[in-house]
Amino acid sequence: MSILKIKDVSKIFASGQVRAVDNFSLDVADGELVCLLGPSGSGKSTLLRMVGGFERPTSGLMTIDGEDITHVPPEKRPTGMVFQSHALWTHMNVFKNLAFGLKLRKVAPDEIKRRVEAVLDLVGLNGYGTRHVAKLSGGQQQRVALARSLVLEPKILLLDEPFASLDQHLRERLREEVRDIQQRLKITTLFVTHGQDEALSMADRIVVMRDGRTEQIDRPEVIYREPQTPFVAGFIGTMNLIEGNVANGIFSKAGYSTPLPVGDGPAIMAIRPEALDLAIAGEGSQGKVHRVTDYGTHGLVDLELNDATRIKAMVPHPDLFKAGQSVTLTPKAIAAYRDGVVIHRA
Amino acid sequence: MATALIRRPIDWTGIIFAIVLTLVIVLPLIVVGTWAFTNVWRFPAVIPQEFGLRFWNQTLARADVWGSITMSLTLATTVTGLSALICLPAAYAFARLDFPGRDILFFSFLAGHAFPKFGLLVAIAGIFLQLNLIGTFWGVVLIQLVGTLLFMIWIPVAAFQSVDRRMEEAARDVGAGPFRVFWSITLPQAGPTIAAAILLSFVGTFYETEGAWLIGAPQVRTLPVLMISFINNQPVIQYGAVLSVLLWVPSFIALLFARRVVNSGSFARGFGG
Repeated sequence: MSILKIKDVSKIFASGQVRAVDNFSLDVADGELVCLLGPSGSGKSTLLRMVGGFERPTSGLMTIDGEDITHVPPEKRPTGMVFQSHALWTHMNVFKNLAFGLKLRKVAPDEIKRRVEAVLDLVGLNGYGTRHVAKLSGGQQQRVALARSLVLEPKILLLDEPFASLDQHLRERLREEVRDIQQRLKITTLFVTHGQDEALSMADRIVVMRDGRTEQIDRPEVIYREPQTPFVAGFIGTMNLIEGNVANGIFSKAGYSTPLPVGDGPAIMAIRPEALDLAIAGEGSQGKVHRVTDYGTHGLVDLELNDATRIKAMVPHPDLFKAGQSVTLTPKAIAAYRDGVVIHRA
Repeated sequence: MATALIRRPIDWTGIIFAIVLTLVIVLPLIVVGTWAFTNVWRFPAVIPQEFGLRFWNQTLARADVWGSITMSLTLATTVTGLSALICLPAAYAFARLDFPGRDILFFSFLAGHAFPKFGLLVAIAGIFLQLNLIGTFWGVVLIQLVGTLLFMIWIPVAAFQSVDRRMEEAARDVGAGPFRVFWSITLPQAGPTIAAAILLSFVGTFYETEGAWLIGAPQVRTLPVLMISFINNQPVIQYGAVLSVLLWVPSFIALLFARRVVNSGSFARGFGG
């Protein structure tokens, strides 16, 4: 059963000047973790805040378990939100932060104690109840923020870029922990991020947003391998997007050409760096090596086509290439776009 | 090792500033404090011939002193309470709501401090005379209320503005209604700064002299007004000195509290720091 339904929701700010969310629809299934992914200003946080009740939709409908929550105030919604800044109450200790919502629900003191201790155990903060929240590390504060939402057992968990303020190492560890907890509790989750790594590693499905609209909704591997628009192709992972022309089934751009069985006209060719084979050119050079970066496990070669267009290729042996070398390019997998939609994939 | 040989230049400006401050502030305080605990001090002796509490006993035995202490405390409490009742909701509105004329209204609270105070008081006294408020407790309350507006609006506005809105949203998210959010989250977060504003308001009212004298005298006699009349009319310095020392108590308490708040930076934010 779909537990969260968002239907044709729009949000217009500043007397019609800014359309933050534009006719957005999404169904989130029971226990599913859906990531809203997009650049700044794409409307993902506004959408999450509308689900949480902190913004009112200009139009559209939102339901949880079939119940219309579109205009229900945040305190009456079965949702729990984890904020980017943690938003812990610094005048309370950890226990009081977690117990606050339970007290409002008039839960018996013994039961509050039991539930707070259980959720602290769940997030790995057993024994931290009496600690002052301001004295905790960033990661611990984020765990408390998560625990504060989980202790109330919300139907929908909303995560608003919860790891944005943490360092890379901690971020990676916490996202694994959060995913484990989410799967263990089977709690329906809507997660906002602008980090594609986070989305790809955590989500059951990803919604790529742009200018308040949906670009693509799919499983992470599909989003990565089969992006439906040039925007998604360019936004997720590293992608070479080469704008050129197709004539008689041949795509060409500044001395580089490859067969492309589509009608004549302009096209955008998309090739992942890992899908581009390089060979040192004897003759018929298609590009020159600009820079080689060795990452240990692999190398990344920056290339320049004849018109100075830059593209990247991933190579297993970076030591074989040097700046200034002429190379030929052989794509193993390509996609082509025209008028914003995919026209060929091979 | 080379750095150890570098001498720090002597800060003559700082030293002169410290000496001037000592002469202007600390020295008069020491002299008044000494007079308060002196039984006999005749010229040309540098230190008193006899220390003691004789004048404390005599001063505190006077009914008009206790009457003025009670009056000052009652006035300061009433004015501060009324000011908090009127100004704190207004400060919250200034901090959180956007309404037409907000900025002009906000800056208008500076107006009372932009002109010579005594001239303003005389003008108000003219109005109060027509309203039969001269020489009344509530007349003094009203005039002193005006003096508290700046502190009680500007500082709490900054306090409310500095409360993280996400904290309030997090409280609503776990089930708190708007009033509960204000009571349990906003107020405790803004509390120390608002407490400093209330204390400043109390101390400022306790020491206020011109308004109390112009509107209240002779029926309403506050401790500072009584002290002035002692200094003007009594040949014995010690009476005025004892009352001065008594008047220090609220400011010492305020100073101790303000130090705590100043350290947290919230007091400075009240003035845009």
